[in-house]
Amino acid sequence: MKRRDFFRSATLTGLATVFSPKMLAEASVENELSVQAAPDMVAVMGGEPEVMLIRALKELGGIQKYVKKGYKVVIKPNIGWDRQPEMAANTNPDLIGALVKQCKSAGAKEVLVFDHTCDNWRKCYQNSGIEEAVVAAGGRMVPGNDETMYKSVDLPKGTRLKSTKIHEAILDCDVWFNVPVLKHHGGAKNSIAMKNLMGIVWDRGYFHKNDLHQCIADVATFHKSPALNIVDAYRIMKSNGPQGKSESDAVTLQSLIVSRDFVAADAAAIKLFSQVKPTDINDVRYIGMAENHNLGTQDLDRIKVKKIKL
Amino acid sequence: MKYLKYIRIFFALIIFVPILLFFLDFTGKVPARFHHVAEVQWVPAILSASIVILVILLLLSLLFGRIYCSVLCPLGVFQDIVSWKSRLFRSKKRKGYPSFTPAQSILRYTILALVVTGLLAGSSFLLMLLDPYSVFGRMMSQLFRPIVLEVNNLLADFLGSKGNYMLFRVNQSGFVPVVFAISFSFFVIISVMAWLRGRLFCNTICPVGTFLGLLSRFSVFRIKINESSCVKCGLCEKKCKSQCIDLKKMEVDHSRCVTCFDCISACKKSSMTYGLRHKQTNEASVSPENKNRRTFLISTGIAVSGAVAARAGQIKSNNDPFYTRKPVMPPGAINSESFHDKCTACQLCVTKCPMQVIKPASMQYGISGIMQPHLQFSTHEYCTYECSICSNVCPTGALKPLSVEEKKLTRVGVAVLQLSRCVVIADETDCGACSEHCPTQAVHMVDYKDGLTKPEVTADICIGCGACESICPAKPVQAIYVVGVDVQKRAKKPAEAPAFDKKVEDFGF
Repeated sequence: MKRRDFFRSATLTGLATVFSPKMLAEASVENELSVQAAPDMVAVMGGEPEVMLIRALKELGGIQKYVKKGYKVVIKPNIGWDRQPEMAANTNPDLIGALVKQCKSAGAKEVLVFDHTCDNWRKCYQNSGIEEAVVAAGGRMVPGNDETMYKSVDLPKGTRLKSTKIHEAILDCDVWFNVPVLKHHGGAKNSIAMKNLMGIVWDRGYFHKNDLHQCIADVATFHKSPALNIVDAYRIMKSNGPQGKSESDAVTLQSLIVSRDFVAADAAAIKLFSQVKPTDINDVRYIGMAENHNLGTQDLDRIKVKKIKL
Repeated sequence: MKYLKYIRIFFALIIFVPILLFFLDFTGKVPARFHHVAEVQWVPAILSASIVILVILLLLSLLFGRIYCSVLCPLGVFQDIVSWKSRLFRSKKRKGYPSFTPAQSILRYTILALVVTGLLAGSSFLLMLLDPYSVFGRMMSQLFRPIVLEVNNLLADFLGSKGNYMLFRVNQSGFVPVVFAISFSFFVIISVMAWLRGRLFCNTICPVGTFLGLLSRFSVFRIKINESSCVKCGLCEKKCKSQCIDLKKMEVDHSRCVTCFDCISACKKSSMTYGLRHKQTNEASVSPENKNRRTFLISTGIAVSGAVAARAGQIKSNNDPFYTRKPVMPPGAINSESFHDKCTACQLCVTKCPMQVIKPASMQYGISGIMQPHLQFSTHEYCTYECSICSNVCPTGALKPLSVEEKKLTRVGVAVLQLSRCVVIADETDCGACSEHCPTQAVHMVDYKDGLTKPEVTADICIGCGACESICPAKPVQAIYVVGVDVQKRAKKPAEAPAFDKKVEDFGF
């Protein structure tokens, strides 16, 4: 803001305060709008993971908007499987490395990365390439296999899942980012942003036993929601998900979808996915259930979406 | 010649420390090639028919006597450490062992004969129970490793509470009561024997020790007493771990001497020497060796006539096929007969399994297969796809080495589905945990109803890794479980998904 602009708006506000309470209200609403001018969702296509991430963050107002100096940041990728990056079973390591770098450059005190993996966690961290990328960027990996690190949390808005144990890294941090990869999924149909939350939870067996879709929607009601859902669609897994059989299950789309809105992020990702493998969003039942929890909207026309092709 | 003892200690540690570390390591940081040390052991070499190693061991024994016992055998070195420590707790007067004691020949030859008879009759159970390397392995994996893990976990908790994740917790899930009990009993018996009498175990119970005792009568080099310079002070007797030096007769019982060279270091007159054996000039009417041979033959007779074929049947506690199914052998076992014959239950595969899915059996294989490894699936514990470590560390050839690519096609069992227990059918909710974890997609989801999908098994591409069983939420009896096979055949290679070759140029929204 230029000094001149500042004086002008200050004078105007001053005058408004003096002369009209109604005008004041309008001015402050306008002010808020200008701050929130950032889109609700940014979708980028056609670049390398780091390039797309930087572009998306720029559209959203920069990483500084989310990460303040001295913050303790957590990044939660999908590192569920002992698979190579080419199989798209885990989040792209370059994307995670780039995000760690961004957080560090914004002055984060520390950047922690973890997942409650399905396969052996040491092998997952190593073979996904994520550990290497995180350490190279100055972040740290946290074990996700240790029940003592998970603390019980109430989910008052949950329908089937009323409380669950969540990893202390998430509970203790100042801000966290949910960074899933877009995949086909045998049980949940698709694994995107909300499904990725199963990796912050200890007891996943409960989910499978008590209506998987409802539990996924319930865990998304957790009060400390991620600052952003950054859906990695650089490579997606089109079939045999969530771990895939071979590289032929992966398709390179060079895309990234970023939104704070769980439901919108998942809905948009399914539309992208459907171009490769047609999918009925109604079969991905947790999305509608999350919408019923007022966690966001499937209707992308109701939000401001910025699409960028590089 | 006093340096011989130190050379012995030096080489013993070079062998012992890697084996020890290999059994205790849980981080995977100890190099995998260390397992070759475990191959240079008598029983593993015999069972895996490693001719080269057997020739080397045989030559070593024929040249130098029971050098295997003093240098190569980890259990022997363990006993040396125990008896060395015991001296710190003794009064000055009682430092050292009792002087010469006669050999427990009937006992030792009976045990050896029983082991040999058992092997000839097709049962390696006694050998498995008594092989010193395997006894050591069980002591390490069942008793010492849990302690190491617990210390690690306490440290990891402490550091973790300070935000340091350098160390991490490792679950302790390998406790099998009967295996623990056997390992613990051996630990107590051997430690007490070593504490009081040095190598008593090696010379009375250990079949390898007895066998090498028989061999060492032919050895070229041996301990000798120089009668002209000896003052019969008895220092050598007191230092002898085997109590095999008889100063009254001025003889060394070579069948029990483990060539530790302690007597040479102890002798102030340099009367104990190690060199080419004497020419047998004044042969006694019955030499100790001849006596031994006679006892061995008698014992063999006793053993053969008394050999009991103890073949207890499987436990029949529950008739549900889930409980009565065949156990699953680790990959590389190939054939249940050769696996059971060759496995000495040393627990090396158990300790090296990164998934901790390999557990010592209690009664799954019947009584003769007690302590032998089998796959026991539970949450996060299944045979992970990109791994074949167990088959590559096995020193006895009970598990044949497999590359990761070979292991991915080796069927150790096959998944069996009982749909009525499946939550999709029982609760009509989506699940798919089994298919999610299936690396070959032998377990895949097919349409059920109302958008729900249920699992289905394509048996010919299933390799029995148990990922499905490990994660199935139906408890305590899973809706999908793996049944073991007697012969591990090659599974069909799963077909790859058709590649997507169109270009996606739009977001689709």
